[in-house]
Amino acid sequence: MRHTLSIIVADQPGELSRIVGLFSARGFNIETISVGETLDPRWSRVTIVTRGDDRTIEQIVKQCERLARVREVHDVTTRPHIEREMALITVEASAGAARQEVLSLVNVFRAKVVDISHSQLIVEASGNKEKVDTFIELLRPIGITDITRTGHIAINRLATVEERNGDEYLLRQGRES
Amino acid sequence: MSAQPIIADVVTNQPAIAPVAQGPTGAEILIDALTYEGVDTIFGYPGGAVLHIYDELWRARDRITHYLVRHEQGAVHMAEGYARASGRVGVVLVTSGPGATNAVTGIANAYMDSTPIVVITGQVPKHLIGTDAFQEVDTVGITRPCVKHNYLVREASDIAGVVREAFHLARSGRPGPVVIDIPKDVTAARTSYSRLDHVGFPFSTGAPPIDRTSVQQALDAVVSAKRPVLYVGGGIANSGADESLRSFAETFRLPVAPTLMGLGGFPSAHPLSLGMLGMHGTYAANMAVAQSDLLIAVGVRFDDRVTGKLATFAPHARVIHIDIDPANIGKNVAPSLSIAADARQALSELLVLGREQDEQKLHQSINARELWWEQIRAWQQSQPLRFTGSPNQIKPQTVIAELQRLTNGEAIITTDVGQHQMWVAQFYPFKRPRQLITSGGLGTMGFGLPAAVGAQLASPNQPVFAVVGDGGFQMTNQELATAVQYDLPVKILIMNNGYLGMVRQWQEMFYDRAYSEVDISVAPDFVKLAEAFGALGLRAERPNELHDVLAAAVAHRGVVVVDVHVSKEENVFPIVPAGANSSDMILQSDGV
Ligand SMILES: Cc1ncc(C[n+]2csc(CCOP(=O)(O)OP(=O)(O)O)c2C)c(N)n1
Ligand SMILES: [Mg+2]
Repeated sequence: MRHTLSIIVADQPGELSRIVGLFSARGFNIETISVGETLDPRWSRVTIVTRGDDRTIEQIVKQCERLARVREVHDVTTRPHIEREMALITVEASAGAARQEVLSLVNVFRAKVVDISHSQLIVEASGNKEKVDTFIELLRPIGITDITRTGHIAINRLATVEERNGDEYLLRQGRES
Repeated sequence: MSAQPIIADVVTNQPAIAPVAQGPTGAEILIDALTYEGVDTIFGYPGGAVLHIYDELWRARDRITHYLVRHEQGAVHMAEGYARASGRVGVVLVTSGPGATNAVTGIANAYMDSTPIVVITGQVPKHLIGTDAFQEVDTVGITRPCVKHNYLVREASDIAGVVREAFHLARSGRPGPVVIDIPKDVTAARTSYSRLDHVGFPFSTGAPPIDRTSVQQALDAVVSAKRPVLYVGGGIANSGADESLRSFAETFRLPVAPTLMGLGGFPSAHPLSLGMLGMHGTYAANMAVAQSDLLIAVGVRFDDRVTGKLATFAPHARVIHIDIDPANIGKNVAPSLSIAADARQALSELLVLGREQDEQKLHQSINARELWWEQIRAWQQSQPLRFTGSPNQIKPQTVIAELQRLTNGEAIITTDVGQHQMWVAQFYPFKRPRQLITSGGLGTMGFGLPAAVGAQLASPNQPVFAVVGDGGFQMTNQELATAVQYDLPVKILIMNNGYLGMVRQWQEMFYDRAYSEVDISVAPDFVKLAEAFGALGLRAERPNELHDVLAAAVAHRGVVVVDVHVSKEENVFPIVPAGANSSDMILQSDGV
């Protein structure tokens, strides 16, 4: 199963490679990884999407917790959460039908055109993995020439929301249209 | 899931403090910080990047004794021997580049065997880092996978804090190696410094309390088990749990099967001891585990040399796993109950609770295990450890037995890796923890001699024997010079079989006797070699010489090398072939 781990680690040189090195040394896989400052700039949050059965994930969490500069590790996936990823997609779209098609998809997916030339558009899309994947799939036949994806970031939902909507499944799907 | 942060607040990451022209240098601070940690012994080897530190060491030579080794690997193994014998943190100092890379084998060895050491490596000056400078190597990168933690120190003002934390990390929790890499300019830079810089680090010292219900559940399982086995490892010595273990085993009359690293954690000659478990373990220990209904695993990590094929390891047993490293729990075997705690603390809590047990219930539980003990005794009697003697060849097993007699079973023994190591484990009955110092996890040939030097330093009044292979000895034999220089009267017993014996055994048993590249009979004359180093060299070639030669070695005051010519094609039995069921032991050669 796919899990999203949120790792709070000291913002010091070399700490990220310690985490990444641990994954490769122990044969765990990294599907996406993203890093950014937390509220307290001395700490960073590393968000890693990985796959494995429950025992593997438990091992990954424990191995990460062993690192001296890791303060905490959460498996975000065990509780209701929101996941987001951003993609910048370059699409072949000369004026005319192709461009209209792209623009209507952009509209449906609430994406954004961030650059344009005679023959191409750069489109910015964000959402959960499924949404971004679907968007890319729909653009593909029109002609994608490049994609840059950020990898996931994730956060657990607020407790009150959880209480109001008991249905975890719905929450897990996120609130994407 | 929230982790217990090891260190919560040591994250400094403050803007670099501009070096002030006054105050002590980084090297001075380093030496003072080491002194503050109680360090009086360093194993090391100098070089360009650590010249400032060596200059300071010279001034501090009345407080800190530096032992000049002959190879950096030797320095780390000495520090390990020192740490394993004393329970203190071993300290190593080496230069950048090749000094650091030579130390890596030792660091990895300490990591695998949970030995607390701090290794200080020199680094090229900061402005040269990343330029492929002379003797530059990414020490922090190279050692990252085999340390508990490592540092590249960027400011002299960070040294005190780093040293303090490094020692804390090395010895706390599951112990292990910590590397401190210090660029040369940082050791020369001056900064303000006060001894007070050391105090006030918010290290959590007290272990978190153990969950009472797990202890109770574990106890209930022990009381109701019909075929329990205690499987104990290096965690016993590391946590000083030997006495609690003994009382616990005796109270409940539990059979005890130690791993290689666990030997001495429970007296081998104790009636409750089954002898070593695992690939070359005793028949009784491996059978007992295979048939057990409850496996109480304490301070162990279910290493493949113990478990054999995991799927069939202790197939009928509920497993209770007690270990200080939460990541060990569930890594190879999913226990039905686990306690992530210090072994001594957990065992003594089990014991306290156990003593509150109703007498009668306790007796019932012990009596209910009579059958189990009968079965165990039957295994022990039908398949004891054994070997065939010989009138004209020295059998390696007899060497160990003779050594045991001559040292009254009291000597500290270090070993290399190979057949001789297994014969030591099988035939020297260890009495106390820290008595056997061997390379378990990494299996490092060449460990024995330097480890013995370190152990001798830590235990000046104990006889220390390094039982080594003729192969392994040649990997670190230059440390004889260190032993002689510092008059550390270690005895090196070479079990000379002219072969890389353990590899030869596998080739004999599993590769149709194709002895591919294992003949090392072209070797130096070890007696002359010893003499060349200024040590006493002795040799025993026939069984009737063995006693006198070993006795002479024991009696000699100085460093001795004993070259014992043992039967060349002896095999270690029993053996569980790699990856086989642990109950599918091969007990002896077809021919015998
Ligand atoms: C540094 C290193 N290289 C290779 C090995 C693989 N190895 C394990 S045992 C062994 C043979 C050791 O021979 P020797 O030291 O003579 O001991 P013996 O088995 O003959 O007692 C070898 C080569 C090892 N453990 N360590
Ligand atoms: Mg040999």
